[in-house]
Amino acid sequence: MAELFEKLTMYLQYPFVRYAFIVGVLIALCSSLLGVTLVLKRFSFIGDGLSHVAFGAMAIAAVAGLTNEMPLVLVITVISAVLLLRTGQNTKIKGDAAVAMISVGALAIGYLLMNIFSKSSNLSGDVCSTLFGSTSILTLTKTEVWFSAIFSLLVIAVFIFFYNKIFSVTFDESFARATGIKAGLYNLIIAVVIAVIIVLAMNLVGSLLITALVIFPALSAMRVFKSFKAVTICSAAFSVSCALLGILISILAGTPVGSTIVAVDIVGFFIFFTAGSLKGGVKR
Amino acid sequence: MSLLTCRDLSLGYDGNVILKGLSFSVESGDYLCIVGENGSGKSTLMKTILGLLAPFGGSIRTGDGLQPDEIGYLPQQTVVQKDFPASVWEIVLSGCGNRMGLRPFYNKEEKRIARENIERMGLTPLIKRCYRELSGGQQQRVLLARALCATKKMILLDEPVSGLDPKVTSGMYALIEDLNKSDGITVIMISHDIGAAAKYADHILHIGDGYFFGTKDEYLKSDMYRGFFKGGESDG
Repeated sequence: MAELFEKLTMYLQYPFVRYAFIVGVLIALCSSLLGVTLVLKRFSFIGDGLSHVAFGAMAIAAVAGLTNEMPLVLVITVISAVLLLRTGQNTKIKGDAAVAMISVGALAIGYLLMNIFSKSSNLSGDVCSTLFGSTSILTLTKTEVWFSAIFSLLVIAVFIFFYNKIFSVTFDESFARATGIKAGLYNLIIAVVIAVIIVLAMNLVGSLLITALVIFPALSAMRVFKSFKAVTICSAAFSVSCALLGILISILAGTPVGSTIVAVDIVGFFIFFTAGSLKGGVKR
Repeated sequence: MSLLTCRDLSLGYDGNVILKGLSFSVESGDYLCIVGENGSGKSTLMKTILGLLAPFGGSIRTGDGLQPDEIGYLPQQTVVQKDFPASVWEIVLSGCGNRMGLRPFYNKEEKRIARENIERMGLTPLIKRCYRELSGGQQQRVLLARALCATKKMILLDEPVSGLDPKVTSGMYALIEDLNKSDGITVIMISHDIGAAAKYADHILHIGDGYFFGTKDEYLKSDMYRGFFKGGESDG
């Protein structure tokens, strides 16, 4: 035990490990905030689709040889989020089919681009780390840390500012619209925030595992708590604890960061699931 | 001027016209029941009045100082709400959303209104309970309290008693009648239950093949009323 502790103190002396912790906590916090809304609005698949779009955008940025990929990825993902939301309201192509199309399309094009144009000698390694995050959280530059921190704080601020509106629009969109709340505008804000969260979370867990970071905290909290506020606070706390524990384990055991965090999330979900059943608070 | 005037209204959705040439008006303090068979366009009419759907033609005007976003609405329950983690307090308070504008949080006045309407609906003991754990009747009262937070003048109810047992149903009707008689709130209600419509409402709008609009007494003598009953019997 003392040995582990010593190893940890040694690691914490490196700035990149401290960055990983700071960024990890912030990203985990904001990815959990909109989870409840996403799950309840049946939007979870949009998050999944957008993460694939982010992968495609990452490939384009890599091919273009950009040193800082995040701004480009962010712009492309936000635009896709807005477009997906629009097609969701348009009945010509049904929302979920459009998402599926864009999502696999982006994945294929992304891989194709990387394959054709990549100058890297370790192509499969690059692809793998974009998809699953692997060690990328430990290799963040100072700019990327600032970028992530600022956007995380922005997401949290937007969420708090629009908290009550988001609640109204999630619970009952017709009532909200009937009483003059601009539901379309708030849906747009939700979509943009989701896109930002996905781009941020890509650093932490990679694009294939992002949905887990959004969905698990919300589903776990919903098992136990009964008010929107309590569920939101609990899922934020859940997500942050799982991310911290995951990063810690991955450093000490040398496992990939992203999948370790998600594994901790899964364990956490089962604990909450059992707790919820024992408490008997939730039907079914 | 009337509280709500619809003139020569055509409505429908997805490009299909369901109803044409509909004109009626609602005065302050009225209790209007909209009846008609399934698919006759009752819910579509209500959504058009609320501005959720655009009419194909004709006009909807509000008067007597009623703003279009000052109408309380009790929609039919959606699937999302069945497993939504929200307390009674949070849901009722969300009815005050139209007073907020861009302000991010509810103020004291809005919280007072919410508390008052919770009390009015007899929900005070349940204020911290989770919505999904309540009975059907309690859930409807929560949504009614929320609708009352949005308005002092007019509420639109879309089948408020569907799925409730007879005892809870009559309680709900009594509550709505009391809002109309004691608080002077104008009520527009969609109902399948023509008996209840004839008992509580003072005006009836029957839509189907053509439409009838008038007072209850006129309606009870009309061909449409008799035709509906005949049709109802042969349907079993």
